[in-house]
Amino acid sequence: MEALKYVWEGAIPLQIHLHESQVTTLPPPPPALILAPRIGYLPLLAPLIKPYFSSTLPPGVDTIWFEYKGLPLKWYIPTGVLFDLLCPEPERPWNITVHFRGYPGNVLIPCEGEDSIKWSFINSLKEAAYIINGNCKNVMNMSQSDQLDLWRSVMNGNLEAYQQVSSKLKLAIVEDEYTSLCRSKSQEGFGEKDLAGQVKTGRVPVRLYVWSFSEDFDDLEDMSPVDNWEKISYINRPVEINKEGKCFTLHDALRILLPEFLSDESLSDAKVGGVDVEDTQKVPSEDVSSNKADEDQGQNTNEKPQACCSPSRAEIKLIRIQGIEPKLEIPFSWVVNNLLNPDRFLHICVYLKVSQ
Amino acid sequence: MDVLNWDGTLSAKDFRIGAIAFAQKWETLNLGYPPWSWVPSPKHPPLTSPQEEGYLSLEKIRISRPKQEDVDQNIKTDTGEEETSCSEKEDDIDDATLVQSSHHELQYYDFHIVYSHTFRVPVLYLRAYRSDGRPLLLDEFEKDLPACSVKELSKSKWTFITQEEHPYLKRPWYKLHPCGTVEWMKLLILGDTSQPKFEVVLELYLLSWFSVVGQVIGIRIPVNVLSDCR
Repeated sequence: MEALKYVWEGAIPLQIHLHESQVTTLPPPPPALILAPRIGYLPLLAPLIKPYFSSTLPPGVDTIWFEYKGLPLKWYIPTGVLFDLLCPEPERPWNITVHFRGYPGNVLIPCEGEDSIKWSFINSLKEAAYIINGNCKNVMNMSQSDQLDLWRSVMNGNLEAYQQVSSKLKLAIVEDEYTSLCRSKSQEGFGEKDLAGQVKTGRVPVRLYVWSFSEDFDDLEDMSPVDNWEKISYINRPVEINKEGKCFTLHDALRILLPEFLSDESLSDAKVGGVDVEDTQKVPSEDVSSNKADEDQGQNTNEKPQACCSPSRAEIKLIRIQGIEPKLEIPFSWVVNNLLNPDRFLHICVYLKVSQ
Repeated sequence: MDVLNWDGTLSAKDFRIGAIAFAQKWETLNLGYPPWSWVPSPKHPPLTSPQEEGYLSLEKIRISRPKQEDVDQNIKTDTGEEETSCSEKEDDIDDATLVQSSHHELQYYDFHIVYSHTFRVPVLYLRAYRSDGRPLLLDEFEKDLPACSVKELSKSKWTFITQEEHPYLKRPWYKLHPCGTVEWMKLLILGDTSQPKFEVVLELYLLSWFSVVGQVIGIRIPVNVLSDCR
């Protein structure tokens, strides 16, 4: 709960520069310094940014968009996720460029102001609801006023109001006891039988963003910036929290999401290298269920999941969720209950080094 | 799989099987359109998809608006030659049909059928563009759509067809929202008194699906085709 509060209060200090092509006055206007909510979306800042630059803009109609080191920023990705994904070494303030003209419609979905953003959010919520409950009736049948209240709560970062409205949507994924059980488990180390039957199985809507690169860096700061969205892969995938057995960790979840990169190697010394590993990595993600992960885990009681694995193929350099770089042993239910975005997706950013 | 308890969804693997069956069936139907082709998902190194991932594609299709009485005939026989004379003048007529054409000033459509891992059903993505490649906005091409689609668009602007990123191409495309798909797919497939085997369901799934979705964009599959498949 406390973590959720931090997520909602989280903000990125932005230093926003007007693109030189739209500067018509001398001297050019100074950059605007604005605190942007993590859970917000960049174009929502337009009313705050516009006054800084309105006097210098060339004539024309405003179509606001943002860019970071040449990369047009996708407005439908929450600001905090963009920051986590595109700044290997968090840059504060984050220097981004604003454009009011020349919208790159071939790369970015047009944004018709707040309505577009609201519906992008609602549609995302709808998709999440479908993953969680198997249908999205609760979201679709929301009253106009509830829908507006929900959206306002996100815009204003009002967690209390959000919880009030969203509780009607019945979108709970995992029960909170699980979190506490897992916590006490790590403290006291009781057996897995105590957990069985008390865990509410849940399908978790995950949006996974992967920045892959082949160069080696000692320092993440040395990474060349993303100049093209081709370098980033992202997918929506449900992850099912395993009902039976032991605590289902973030590592288990990532193994379902990235079966090719987080194979058993990181868990089992016996399997390092060799042809067998290559084969298991090729299992289609669709059918790699958590059962398999659980089986494997059962064989190793003292495993220590590590961020790096499969050294011959790829290595996870960094994982960020809501600005946090969580340990992989953390119970996934804790992550879900505390770091979920208001659209009910868990946005996970992964920096992946792939060998050529 | 027990068809009676079937929830109306497909796995990614079944989607591919069903998609290929649909593409083959499509060719034998001889509706006057080019064939659908299976496009394997482009390689994205970090999230290399299993081999079966991909989507169906039908590209460079022209929508024109023939006279009401010609509709049924056009679907079966039109090859495009007459369509150039049958132009935007007839804006007051609601029915539309799709025809391939090489005319230069016209609007073209690309259709992709993509699998949604969330909804576990096929989803239709489309885009429209001029012959010079300039993309068209929904406002510009909605007049090509059947009247019922236009009506639905005005009623539910944000929940029927919206611009979203193509899951594989990562570019703005229009997407037909899939929220209710499983419900009407169950009705379509299981509404019949005879309960088909799952293999038969799979064979028919995309054709049945497209018989509904195609109408939104003005492609009709003759009713007898579906019943003949049973």
